[in-house]
Amino acid sequence: MAKVRQKNAMAPMDDPVELLRELVAHLQQNRTLLREEWARRITEAKLLTAMSKDEIFAEATAIYDNYIEALESGTFEALQAYARNLSERIIPRGVETHEVIGIVLLLRDVLARSLFAKYQSDFTLYNRILDAYEPAANRIANTVAVGFVQERERVIREQQEAIRVLSTPVLQVRERLLILPIIGVIDPQRARQLTEQLLRGIRTNRAKVVVIDITGVPVMDANVANHLVQTVEATRLLGATVIITGLSPEIAQTLVTIGVDLGKMNTVGDLQGGIEEAERLLGYKVVPLGESPHSV
Amino acid sequence: MEVPILKQGPYLIASIQSALSDEDLVQLRDALVAQVGKLRSRGVIVDVTALDVMDSFATRTLRDIAHMIRLRGAEMVIVGIQPEVAFALVRLGLKLEGVATALDLEEGILYLNRKMGESGKEMKHRGR
Repeated sequence: MAKVRQKNAMAPMDDPVELLRELVAHLQQNRTLLREEWARRITEAKLLTAMSKDEIFAEATAIYDNYIEALESGTFEALQAYARNLSERIIPRGVETHEVIGIVLLLRDVLARSLFAKYQSDFTLYNRILDAYEPAANRIANTVAVGFVQERERVIREQQEAIRVLSTPVLQVRERLLILPIIGVIDPQRARQLTEQLLRGIRTNRAKVVVIDITGVPVMDANVANHLVQTVEATRLLGATVIITGLSPEIAQTLVTIGVDLGKMNTVGDLQGGIEEAERLLGYKVVPLGESPHSV
Repeated sequence: MEVPILKQGPYLIASIQSALSDEDLVQLRDALVAQVGKLRSRGVIVDVTALDVMDSFATRTLRDIAHMIRLRGAEMVIVGIQPEVAFALVRLGLKLEGVATALDLEEGILYLNRKMGESGKEMKHRGR
C-alpha cells in the first residue's frame, strides 16, 4: 500500500485539496443519513447514557458540522472551541472520557464506511481519499479528546483549590478554646497544612484546649493517623490539650488494627461531649438561665 | 553564652536567648539543679521562646533537667516552644515525655501556682 501511496503522491492528478473537497461534498450530501447512523451507533454502544436521545442528536449534529468544517478548512480552532464548550456542558452531567473519545471514534468509523461504500469500485481512489481523510480525522479525534480532558483537569484543579481554601478552619468558640472540624479525606499535604494552621492558631489565640472533630473524615490510613498523633504531641509542647471527637467505628477499628498508639490521646464520642469536656478543663460551667442563682 | 537564672518568688526563671552549645546546656543543667536546692525554689521555668531550632541534645538535656528538678522536689515547666519547633521535635520522635509545657511565661507561672496549690495533697507520680 505504501507503494501505491507513493506513486499517487507523484501523480499530477493527485491533489489533496481537491480530494478533500470531494470528500466534504460527499459528507454534506449525506449529512442527514450519516448523522442518524452515527446517533444510532452511539445509542447502540450505550455511550452518553446521561443524555436524552434528542440531546444526543442535537450534539451529534453540531459535532458533525464542526467536523466537516474542520475537514474543509483544515483549521481546528472552531472545533477546539466547540469541544471545550461541549465539555463544559457535559462534564457536570457525569459524562466520562471514554464516552467522548468513543463517540468521536464512532463518527470516524461511520464516515470511513460511508466512504468505502461510495468508492469501493475504485480501490486506488479510495486509498487516496483515505490518505486525505485519515490524518484530518485523527487530528479531529485528538482535538476533541484533548479538549475534554483539559476541561476536566481544569474543573478538578478548581475544585481542589476550592477544597484547599475551605478545608481547614480553626475556630475559636470560647476564650482559649478552639475547634478544628475536619471534613473529607485527609491526604498528607492537607494533614501538614492542618497541623501548621492549628499550631499557629494556638499561638495567636492563646488556646488552652483544642477540640479536633473528625466526624466528617470517612477513612484514615496509618500515615494520617500517625500524623494526627504527632499533631497532638506537638500541641502539648505548646502547652495546650487536644480532645479528639467523632471517631467513627470504622476509624476506631482501623486505628486499633494498625496499632496506632492512642493512649495519650483524649477522645470523646461527639463534638458536644468534646466541647463540654473542654469547658470542664477550662473551668467553665454552663448553666441554663432558669437555674442560674442570679436569675430572678 | 551563659543563661541567666532569675529568682522570682518561689520560682526560678531561665530564659534562653540564643542557640546554646552543648557545654552551655550542661552548665545550665548544673546551675539549675544546684540553685533549686540552694534557694529552696518550688518551681523552675525554662523559657525557649527565642529558639527557632532545638536539636536532639538540647531536647534531651531539657528533659533530663526536668526529671532532675523533680527529684530535687520541685516542678519544672518549659514555656514558649514555637509551633515549628514543636512539630519538628515530634517528627524526630523527641516528645519531651513527662515534661510539663506551657504556652508562655505567664501560663507557666499559672501552671506552677496550680501545682503548688495541689502540693498539700500527696505528690502524684506522673506517668512518663
